[in-house]
Amino acid sequence: MHETDMTKALILTVRDWWEAQPERPQISQIHLTVGQFTCVEPASLQFAFEVQTQNSFLQGAKLVIRETPLIAFCHRCQQEYQPEIGIQYACPTCSSPMEDIRSGRELKIERIEYEQFNYMS
Amino acid sequence: MHQTFDAALGIDLLHANQAGADHNRTHFDEWGITCFNVMSSPGAGKTALLERTLAGLTPDLKIAVIEGDMTTELDADRLRRYNVPVIAINTGRSCHLDAKMVAGGIHRLAHEYNPTEFDLVLVENVGNLVCPAEFEVGEHVKVALLSVTEGEDKPLKYPVMFQEADCLLITKMDLAPHLDVDLNQIIANVRQMNPHVTIIPVSAKTGEGLSEWFDWVRTEVGQLAGMQSLVVGH
Repeated sequence: MHETDMTKALILTVRDWWEAQPERPQISQIHLTVGQFTCVEPASLQFAFEVQTQNSFLQGAKLVIRETPLIAFCHRCQQEYQPEIGIQYACPTCSSPMEDIRSGRELKIERIEYEQFNYMS
Repeated sequence: MHQTFDAALGIDLLHANQAGADHNRTHFDEWGITCFNVMSSPGAGKTALLERTLAGLTPDLKIAVIEGDMTTELDADRLRRYNVPVIAINTGRSCHLDAKMVAGGIHRLAHEYNPTEFDLVLVENVGNLVCPAEFEVGEHVKVALLSVTEGEDKPLKYPVMFQEADCLLITKMDLAPHLDVDLNQIIANVRQMNPHVTIIPVSAKTGEGLSEWFDWVRTEVGQLAGMQSLVVGH
């Protein structure tokens, strides 16, 4: 289950950010983008995240995962199409192979939401 | 009062592994080594292929192996018979090699041997069609194996590895006459997502296709060595 390793990588990156903040704020949400043409299963990632963040600086933080679909661009037809993962990847119109992937390979930490005391208000 | 803030990161989840892989590749380039990452499901015949490859290509090519597909040293012992350095990496229960594990292997290679003597490092990954595809280890070339017994549909079901492969070896061809397997369908399924991949049907048992595979390896190593010497200025 490589989501365990992915989660470790995620926590290390967020920890680096957190330690660089003078206030060490309480992190409430971490927003990820996970493409459907990756080897990552969002449910497994959620599970690993809950287990690995217990009793850590991320205790109680929520992992929000946005999945992006697999979208390819067919150069012959000059249009995008959505390959059916597990069934067919070639262009449904002209059968050209899938060469240009426009979406679906993302594995990204997009942003962090955190609570902080605001002196100004 | 407490307020909710937002920080944009936009960092790749595998950023640390990617940086480690780039670091490994820099070492390989400095030493004039081509690195192959050899991946497949368990039992597709990686070790048998490496045995035949070592027998066929050494000593013309100086080869070292970084062996990750192991819970024991059984595979490594099989390969040591060919008088090449075999660095066994203890992957524990991990289902893939990552850049850090391979870095450990590279440092051992550099410590115990003169790394500039080698032309090719073969990294035998953990048997798994899923995760190894996401974790680069610093390779220049990705080689995937698919045995004829696994069925035509596997490239469709585990697309990422087959989509990224530079070379696909269809292994255990000696068994094909005994199976209801359609070789052309395997090839068509892979080409749907990877039209430029080199596909070579092979059998480690009968030797079918091996000379074509050896030629491919020699060409890849030769081309990369040419580029490396231009960049490093050897």
